[in-house]
Amino acid sequence: MRLRGVKKAFNPGTPLETEVLHGIDLTLRRGDFCAVMGPSGSGKSTLLNLIGLLDRPSAGTLEVCGEETTALDDRALTRLRGHNIGFVFQYHHLLTAFTAVENVMIPKLGARGFPSAQMRQEAQALIESVGLKPWGNNLAGNLSGGQQQRVAIARALAMNPALVLADEPTGNLDTKSADAVFDLLRDFNRRQGTTVLFVTHNPALAARCDKTIEVVDGRITG
Amino acid sequence: MGTAWLPLEWIVSLRFLREGRLQTVFIITGVAIGVGVIVFMSALLSGMQANFIRRVLSTQSHIQLLQPQQVTRPLRSAGRSGTGPVEGAIVQPPLQQNKSIDQWQAVVQQVRAMAGVRVVSPVANGPLLVVRGSSTKAVNITGIEPESYYRIVNLDEKLLRGVSRLAASDVMIGSELAADLGVDVGDKLHVTSAAGRSSVLTISGVFDLGNRGSNRRDTFTTLHTAQSLLDMPGGVSTLEVTVQDIYAAETIAQQIAVLTGVEADSWIKNSAQFFAAVSAQTTANTAIRFFVGLSVAFGIASVLVVSVVQKSREIGILRAMGISQGQILRVFLLQGGLLGLGGAVAGCGVGALAIFLWKRLALNADGTVMFPLEMEAPLFVSALVLAGLTGLVAAFAPALRAARMDPVVAIRG
Repeated sequence: MRLRGVKKAFNPGTPLETEVLHGIDLTLRRGDFCAVMGPSGSGKSTLLNLIGLLDRPSAGTLEVCGEETTALDDRALTRLRGHNIGFVFQYHHLLTAFTAVENVMIPKLGARGFPSAQMRQEAQALIESVGLKPWGNNLAGNLSGGQQQRVAIARALAMNPALVLADEPTGNLDTKSADAVFDLLRDFNRRQGTTVLFVTHNPALAARCDKTIEVVDGRITG
Repeated sequence: MGTAWLPLEWIVSLRFLREGRLQTVFIITGVAIGVGVIVFMSALLSGMQANFIRRVLSTQSHIQLLQPQQVTRPLRSAGRSGTGPVEGAIVQPPLQQNKSIDQWQAVVQQVRAMAGVRVVSPVANGPLLVVRGSSTKAVNITGIEPESYYRIVNLDEKLLRGVSRLAASDVMIGSELAADLGVDVGDKLHVTSAAGRSSVLTISGVFDLGNRGSNRRDTFTTLHTAQSLLDMPGGVSTLEVTVQDIYAAETIAQQIAVLTGVEADSWIKNSAQFFAAVSAQTTANTAIRFFVGLSVAFGIASVLVVSVVQKSREIGILRAMGISQGQILRVFLLQGGLLGLGGAVAGCGVGALAIFLWKRLALNADGTVMFPLEMEAPLFVSALVLAGLTGLVAAFAPALRAARMDPVVAIRG
């Protein structure tokens, strides 16, 4: 993943135009486990949204899995995102009408259109790997915060993505749960070579990552 | 997933509807009431119209071929082409005589051979005086061939007393005339025509045509007896025709007129006011159906607009998971279609129940059904299809909004 001079402005061309990222240069290689730190409002989430192809940069170039993305249409972006990028949000964002296993099936279901027995088996295996086998058929809304975040990690890994973007996944968890979630991501990173970009305010967790970048006022400072 | 054989869009739609089950139940109930009203009103209207038409046509034919009208032509001065100036300024209409349709047997053959024609029956009718003691009544005598005429007006069904079989000296009279004259089956009536011919006829039956005027005025005898009394030997005054499609009567009447050269009037032309009333009823019903359908559509649309707002975070998550805009669009379109269809299924049940209750509760004083309502399959099928389509159309704007939602904004909620 490579960013070159990436800028992001909201309300461009209007009196309310606000530039929140001012020329970001960043390269991540396969298997990197990188922490992103910085104060609230510094542009961390915006940076993750751009890298996750949920938003488009105002300027600069963005390569994901070797593909230049700035000129791609929504369909191509959706496809690239679905197949190569997994998300873990701060508030887990599970679909509460679905069970834990079904939540994990969603990315593959979106890509293939129809569910299958194999899809379910793979989702169950992922749920088992995050230690939630007994809760696999529980509705996501009935799980605890730590359990929900683990389901979110399993869902992020469902497509075996090259890149996982985790936006403060431990922000709302107690220390024990936060450690467990971090360990899970680290484990997948080591076993499968998944690149992980991990936003956190926790210096102890950041210290356990391969490298750390700091975003301040829309710029990478370290 | 419990719905393992369904595609993603169906699974997500059904889960969203189930999750917001209170909303779903309310809107389905709303749609059901709307569809129920449409189904019941349509059945009521078609039943009522069918009943009116049945009543109107049970005592008359669909087409009447009429005897020629006598006209007076103004005198013109002789000219080479015979089109000189008119010589008489005032042209007095002539007295209409009881004249027969020319070559009526040939006309009957021609009309019987036409497509869509069911029955052709010759009739001789005209005025008579009935004398009973010191009482005299003016009546209309209709001479018929029972075999064919009873297929047009089933006098058997309308008979109160006696038999419908007619011998040469028999006559059937209406119940009002029988009461006025104080006569009944088996009594004799002395009849006299304007031509001075008279005869004594035996009352073979007393009927009720469902109309007091007709029961006082109309009498039936054999064609030969009427021809003799009306001084029309071998002639007929009208040919009565019934057709397979009653609404095609005017078209067939025009074809008959062109083919035979005999004036032909259809029941549609003769009952223009009745037809205007039926048409007005149909227009009113269509307007009501349209506005009920519109309220159903807006109901579905408003629920889905709210649902899109409520589900914006889920939409964002789905988009982040690689679900395309097209798939999101279809998820909400499907919800609209399912709400419409689900409401329509329940509405058909409501409509069927209302029809059933009507049959049980809307009765005449004698306990018979006021008029029959039929549960016709096409009505229910069209209600299902239309409600489903209405749901889809109503869902389009909210679905488009959901599909175009910025995933970042959506996830932020």
